[in-house]
Amino acid sequence: MSGFVVDSTVSSGNSSVAIPTDISGQILDLDEDDDLEVFSKDTTVTDGSSFNASMQTSPASMINQYKFEEDAEDTKDIFVTVDNPESHVTAIETYITYRVVTKTTRSEFDSSEFEVRRRYQDFLWLKGRLEEAHPTLIVHPLPEKFVVKGMVERFNEDFIETRRRALHRFLNKIAEHPIFSSSEDFKIFLTAAPGELTSYKKQGPGFLSRMGETVKAVAAAVRGVRNRPQEFTEMQEYVEAFSQKISSLDKVTQRIVREQKEYLEELKECGPTYALWSQSEEELAEPLKDVAGCVDRCCKETEEQVKNLNDNLIPVLHEYALCTDTLKAVLRRRDNIQADFEAKTEALATKKADRDTESKVLSLAWDSLVGRSPEEVKQQKQQKLKGEIKEMRDDLDKAEDRLEWANNALKSDWTRWQKDMRTDLRSAFVDTAERNVNYYEKCLAVWESFLHSQRTDAEGNGNVDFS
Amino acid sequence: SARVMPTQERKLFSSTLFHKIFKAHTSLSLKKCKGCLYKISTSMVEKGTSLLKMMEISVAEAEKRTGKNAVNMQETYTVYLIETRPVDAASEGTNPVPDSLWRRYSEFELLRNYLLVTYPFSVVPPLPEKRAEFVWHKLSADNMDPDFVERRRVGLENFLLRVASHPDLSSDKIFYSFLTEENGWKETVFETGFQAKADSRLKALNATFRVKNPDKRFAEMKHYGDELQSVISQLLRVRARAADRLYGVYKVHGNYGRVFSEWSAIEKEMGDGLQSAGHHMDAYAASVDDILEEEEHYADQLKEYLFYADALRAVCRKHELTQYELEMAAQDLTSKKQQREELATGTIRTFSLKGMTSKLFGQETPEQREAKVKMLETQIEEGEELVKERNTECEEFVKSAWVDIERFKEQKDHDLREALISYAIMQISMCKKGIQVWNNAKECFSKM
Repeated sequence: MSGFVVDSTVSSGNSSVAIPTDISGQILDLDEDDDLEVFSKDTTVTDGSSFNASMQTSPASMINQYKFEEDAEDTKDIFVTVDNPESHVTAIETYITYRVVTKTTRSEFDSSEFEVRRRYQDFLWLKGRLEEAHPTLIVHPLPEKFVVKGMVERFNEDFIETRRRALHRFLNKIAEHPIFSSSEDFKIFLTAAPGELTSYKKQGPGFLSRMGETVKAVAAAVRGVRNRPQEFTEMQEYVEAFSQKISSLDKVTQRIVREQKEYLEELKECGPTYALWSQSEEELAEPLKDVAGCVDRCCKETEEQVKNLNDNLIPVLHEYALCTDTLKAVLRRRDNIQADFEAKTEALATKKADRDTESKVLSLAWDSLVGRSPEEVKQQKQQKLKGEIKEMRDDLDKAEDRLEWANNALKSDWTRWQKDMRTDLRSAFVDTAERNVNYYEKCLAVWESFLHSQRTDAEGNGNVDFS
Repeated sequence: SARVMPTQERKLFSSTLFHKIFKAHTSLSLKKCKGCLYKISTSMVEKGTSLLKMMEISVAEAEKRTGKNAVNMQETYTVYLIETRPVDAASEGTNPVPDSLWRRYSEFELLRNYLLVTYPFSVVPPLPEKRAEFVWHKLSADNMDPDFVERRRVGLENFLLRVASHPDLSSDKIFYSFLTEENGWKETVFETGFQAKADSRLKALNATFRVKNPDKRFAEMKHYGDELQSVISQLLRVRARAADRLYGVYKVHGNYGRVFSEWSAIEKEMGDGLQSAGHHMDAYAASVDDILEEEEHYADQLKEYLFYADALRAVCRKHELTQYELEMAAQDLTSKKQQREELATGTIRTFSLKGMTSKLFGQETPEQREAKVKMLETQIEEGEELVKERNTECEEFVKSAWVDIERFKEQKDHDLREALISYAIMQISMCKKGIQVWNNAKECFSKM
């Protein structure tokens, strides 16, 4: 599905983001790629031939590419489902595994169908890997580890079902993501036998190197970013505001569910009361029984409606509430990358200033002590500085590339995320509205049939017509 | 020119009757009236009383008054304007000013108590409740609350129309003067001396006595009255709680409106769709007020029959009392006859103090016995008269009461069926509103 083949070094979990140095070659490679078959139906998609020289091969344009490919939804070539939760009991622990079924036509997969069992920890691992490999791309959130309010029981049926659906959505979001879906980690996750997965997990950057990255990140965070581009500041402000709104919506919807449940409790007593009444009556027995029946049917519909809200709207709102945490983290990481770049820039400038202004007095004094000639010393010093400066410059270039990559990745993925968010929330609300209409239509039919039966009765008995 | 209808054709069910009643409900919408109209119209059409053929009755307004009460303390109370208009004048197209007078709730109560005592075999229509009960939290329990006063006004009018359409009660003079004579009516009522009878009625309602041979139908009716009261109370309670909850559901949706509106401010493309969807959520939240107001009307219809159950039971109790008094009289007569027999034959089968003392202190003289026998004969004669009287009383009561109970049954079956139908209509209207709002919301959402 993704038209953008990422350098395998990027997705292998190498903690420092390796940027493909020569990208144009890889784009042209798409010509031979079987994947291209799928995309040739979409004329907006670029293949090697239409890739003309005027098109920049900068990361920005590459990433902008996959915006087009996404529109071709009918070209989905990988289908993932999560189902069939099962309980596993070992001597040490009990846990739940889920069946993950993959159907795909992609060539990088050895076969077209896979079935594996994965536990929540495995999903967590996958998410972590993706985030490490792509610090400024937006990974869809996983369901939370524990339910904070109410149920604590991890093995509660409802909890497991809710989690299963969320895990299903998670994997599908990954599969739909232009970059993530071609991640090696993702492929392993979907296909590896349990033993394979465990040993694969053990590879990859060690604890120490990850620690190193964390330390660097903390240092950068402490330093702070100096010149954040306006668009990222706007993004941050948006995320703040959005986070509040979505969490409010989540709360409001949960409140509605609570109120509906309480209404249902009361309504459940109405039907039986009418039925009880009908037992004391003669003429009225029939209509009273009918009313009891109507109320009971409306109860069922209300129950259905509550379930719908719980199963459909609330999980989506909840996920987007979790998304905001991801977004904030992504923005932070981008800031850190920029901070790192700024730090390196400063350091280089300082070094250059050092080179230009030599403290002759001090060094001469030292050197005469050590017994070297001033010229020699000067030469050595200059060489050393030159060397250092070159190193720093290389480092700085890498940092600059990293920053540009990160910025463009974020910008593109931000656009993709916003589009996704809009689609997801729109369809969730449209769906809810539709279900509510359905609910009222069903109740309407119930009462109308009651009226109808009363009318035919009345006219049959020759009573007054009260139309 | 208005066509004058020939007398035979002149129906009670005249459109002008409706029109006047409707006009009198100045502050009400037609929707609210429907329930009243249903009750009044269909149940009273074919059984038109002479009173209703003559005049139109309505309780047009309510007003607050302050004044000094019996213990010279300042009090605030509500008075209701009773309007009457001759039927003829209205149908001829002229629009004369109606006769009117003000009455307060306590006067209605006095009227009803009078009717209860004077027509013990009638199922007397109930008054609307004195204090608001079965309220759900948004509804005020305050007697001065304008909504409560308004619903009471409607209930009082209902009461008057029910009395006016009752075959026996409608021709009562006190009732007529209640409608037409503002001053001195109270005195007139007391002059009837109904209070004295009220005591015996109270006895009938409260006394626990065992009747040996009650009319089975009345016993069943009483049982039915108990059941009706119990089940309607339960229904009203459940309904009130459900109304409370439903209110909550709708109102929380108002929060959607607020959040959507705030959210739309930070979005570009989604903004418009969100904003307009928010408006519909506000509309949805607001719609519950009307819905529950209409349901309150349904509750009032149920309440009327809740109180009617009481009136029905009162009639059954009165039957028990008359039956009991008959049985007591008969029992007394039997015992007296037995005593006579014993005196005549000299055998003592019944215990009497005289008998015991005569045993202990010696026989009585023939003269004494003679006197005793004579006294017994008189008593027996009187007793037989009494039994005959009470028997007639009982029979007549059973006859009249059963006629009214049958009339009541038919009215109840009809009215409650109408109430259930109007409840269904309300539910349908609520569903239609819901469909409309959510369809609108759906359209807005799809533009997000």
